[in-house]
Amino acid sequence: MSAAARRRLITPRQSQFCARVILWAMMAATLAVLVFIVLFVVKRGLAHVSWEFLTGAPSLSGKAGGVLPMIVGTLAVTALGVALATPLGVGTAIYLTEYTREGRITKIIRFGAECLAGVPSIIFGLFGFVFFVLVLGFGWSILAGGLTLAFMILPTVIRTSEEAIKSVPPSYREVALSLGASKWESIVKVVLPSAMPGILTGVILGVGRSISETAAVIFTSGSSLSKVIPTSLFDGTRTLAVHFYQLAREGISADKAYATATVLVLAILIINVTAYAIMSRFMKRYR
Amino acid sequence: MRFRLPEKVVERSLLLVAMSSVAILLLITVFIFREGGPLLVQVGLGNFFSGAWDPQHDQYGIALMVVGSFAVTSGALLIGVPFGIACAIVLAEMAPPRARSILKPAIEVLAGIPSVVYGFMGIVVLLPMIRTHIGGPGASALAGSIILGIMVLPTVIGISVDALQAVPRSYREASLALGATQWQTIRRVVLPAARSGIVAAVILGMGRAVGETMAVIMVAGNSVQMPHSPLDSVRTLTANIALEMGYAAGDHRAALFATGIVLFVIIMILNTLANLARGRLKKRSVVVVTLAATAADLVKPRAKPEEQ
Repeated sequence: MSAAARRRLITPRQSQFCARVILWAMMAATLAVLVFIVLFVVKRGLAHVSWEFLTGAPSLSGKAGGVLPMIVGTLAVTALGVALATPLGVGTAIYLTEYTREGRITKIIRFGAECLAGVPSIIFGLFGFVFFVLVLGFGWSILAGGLTLAFMILPTVIRTSEEAIKSVPPSYREVALSLGASKWESIVKVVLPSAMPGILTGVILGVGRSISETAAVIFTSGSSLSKVIPTSLFDGTRTLAVHFYQLAREGISADKAYATATVLVLAILIINVTAYAIMSRFMKRYR
Repeated sequence: MRFRLPEKVVERSLLLVAMSSVAILLLITVFIFREGGPLLVQVGLGNFFSGAWDPQHDQYGIALMVVGSFAVTSGALLIGVPFGIACAIVLAEMAPPRARSILKPAIEVLAGIPSVVYGFMGIVVLLPMIRTHIGGPGASALAGSIILGIMVLPTVIGISVDALQAVPRSYREASLALGATQWQTIRRVVLPAARSGIVAAVILGMGRAVGETMAVIMVAGNSVQMPHSPLDSVRTLTANIALEMGYAAGDHRAALFATGIVLFVIIMILNTLANLARGRLKKRSVVVVTLAATAADLVKPRAKPEEQ
């Protein structure tokens, strides 16, 4: 068969049709897998999520009881991480967008942030273990875990804040400056409030990442099962994700594992949907 | 007169804050190397990369873990890259705006599923499936590849979509105006123009796969052995660290940090490569040449002399 004849067998229009079908099918398969994971976990776990489960202490190494100490521990570690990463991230974003031109320094800062974003969480775990747990002597604690998470989510906060600040129209700054505000005043009183939803998105995404993190906190906050709610920054804690990992890997209790996974997945979904909802409304405003 | 913060002070303090991510990166480097470096020197780089892993007899070599990581990562890319790029093309080029505004957030939101949950899904769904339909113990390089292949999707999709959207509209219009179909435009104009961004997406997806820990531990089996088939159990570099860190001490712990150094260096190399690939995207006039060549090709595809 000649090349020309073969070419005519499949016209460009037909090959376009084939490509479309295949690509859309692959897209559908990808979405189906992701949706399947969520539905599978939630369907089997939701029946075991009760008020007692959410507010009770665990017993029999997690076979019975609830997950309240883990929820509190997760929230504490996350809050600490976000509280530290937000000022650092927003400050970096302000510097990058408002105070400097693109040059060597911005290149170094961007490269640093990008590399940090690519560092695997297990490396953060190793580092946090040596630096916070051993060298600074915090022990396996909420403090060590929160600091490690702060380092980990910093790049996310920087990136989203930078985008948010960039999307505030220059005219806003010009008006503030023309009214006699200093540069810093115009940033604090005009630019930051306008960019707030975007910054918030970054922070919320950071919360999501902190909650779902396992490898970085297991070596810094510890994994021992505690029946009491942690009360000090120096208390160790087992976060929800670490608890789930232990339940699943050691096959302690399938019901409790599904229930814990359901809590985790639903929390993450709510958090991420909120983040994207805020972001899309924010982006519409300045389009 | 109100007190005003002097601008110089503001600028200097912000610069200090902005250097924090660089400082953190340096801090991580210093401490990982401080813990693992001496052992690397003591064992010797050659031995560390080629020797056997037997901490009880003070033998620290990560060859089998390097093989494990390589096997699982390449498997993950084989699965994740085609699907990731397909999704990116659909999202950036084919989906109508309304469908896109639902599909893109859906994928990004679902990307937030914790890695332990992926690992758990591997245990309860994937491993039994492999056991009954393909054979073997279930926990294997294949299982690790599939789970990681799903987990790299958001990275590959996100960066590829950005790369595709960065291709100027006029390129597509020019191609369509020459009578090319949309698929010809995508395949011969848009994809070549976005190539370096897509390469960056693949590299960063690779970094994600190499660095993933918890999910891999749960499905890959973790035996320190040479895999002879995809159904054999493997242990990755990350799994090695996470599994033994809990009880390791002395040289053993230093060896785990040395494993961390290797992982860290791999990730840094991948990040730099991705950066280089993406940096090229901006100043490449080659794009224009590609476009011109493709356009010329499109105008007279049927007039080509037959070669066979």
